[in-house]
Amino acid sequence: MHYALEDYVLDIAQNAVEAGAGLVRVEIAETDKAISVAVADDGVGMTGEEVARALDPFYTDGKKHAKRKVGLGLPFLVQATRQAEGSFGIESRKGEGTRVSFSFPKGNVDAPPVGDLPGLFRSILCLPGAHEMTIRRTRTSETGDLSYELSRKELAEALGGLERGDSLAMLRDFLVSQEEDETD
Amino acid sequence: MAKMTLEQLRKLREDKKQDLTRREVEGKEIQIIVGMGTCGIAAGAKQTFDEIVKAVDEYGLGADVIIRQTGCMGLCYVEPTVEVVMPGMPTVIYGKMTQETAKELVRKHLVEKSLLENHIFDRPAADIVKK
Repeated sequence: MHYALEDYVLDIAQNAVEAGAGLVRVEIAETDKAISVAVADDGVGMTGEEVARALDPFYTDGKKHAKRKVGLGLPFLVQATRQAEGSFGIESRKGEGTRVSFSFPKGNVDAPPVGDLPGLFRSILCLPGAHEMTIRRTRTSETGDLSYELSRKELAEALGGLERGDSLAMLRDFLVSQEEDETD
Repeated sequence: MAKMTLEQLRKLREDKKQDLTRREVEGKEIQIIVGMGTCGIAAGAKQTFDEIVKAVDEYGLGADVIIRQTGCMGLCYVEPTVEVVMPGMPTVIYGKMTQETAKELVRKHLVEKSLLENHIFDRPAADIVKK
């Protein structure tokens, strides 16, 4: 089972990339009371019937592994939101793309911890492919507000790629610094 | 840490490029590929990936190693899994990785050029694996 919010987001973002998206947009909005996530892509999209099958834990399209009998990413997420009295939504149009959105109330004992957001952002930015990915992160809190946007293409250009170990280490430092409230 | 701008990130990279001496390994790069399917994520693959990046950086190998993510490699029962492709060494898929074994993998396989025993789940051939 997935443990933290970052695990669910990584899974859904990977789905978006694997759907053949040219653009994946990730939004994470956090308040003192709740955290909301939306992952939208312009990939192959799904019909209503395909969406229903995607939510079935014992269904997979067989494209990754012909003999596999389960597809657990979305069912894990739906189960977690139900347990924590959060919300889940999925909109998809064949040939146009898919948008998955979900939220967790922070006060619920079954809500997963947020996890390591800089690490999550690094992982999803490094998902292989020619796509662009943008991440918008906001936090509105009594302890301080935060807002920033990331672009995979801009970061790849700044670092000369997103695969070398040294680039990945610098990327982590950059992402951690974005969680600060003030610029130097 | 103060918030960095993209321009500061570019400058940091330029500064590091001037400090690094690129080591060619038979003209080929070292690749570490971390399985990041649903099974891997649930088992801790992201933490494994993070630890590998950290260890590669600590051992000064950042310029020589490509670290990639892939989907499920089909070894769901031993996730997290990590494939290592390195010139002069057999290509190996390691399984049941943890943050501790990830660091050990970098030290043993990349630095000491020996296999991480008890974690090999695919390749190399039996005559190479010592029991």
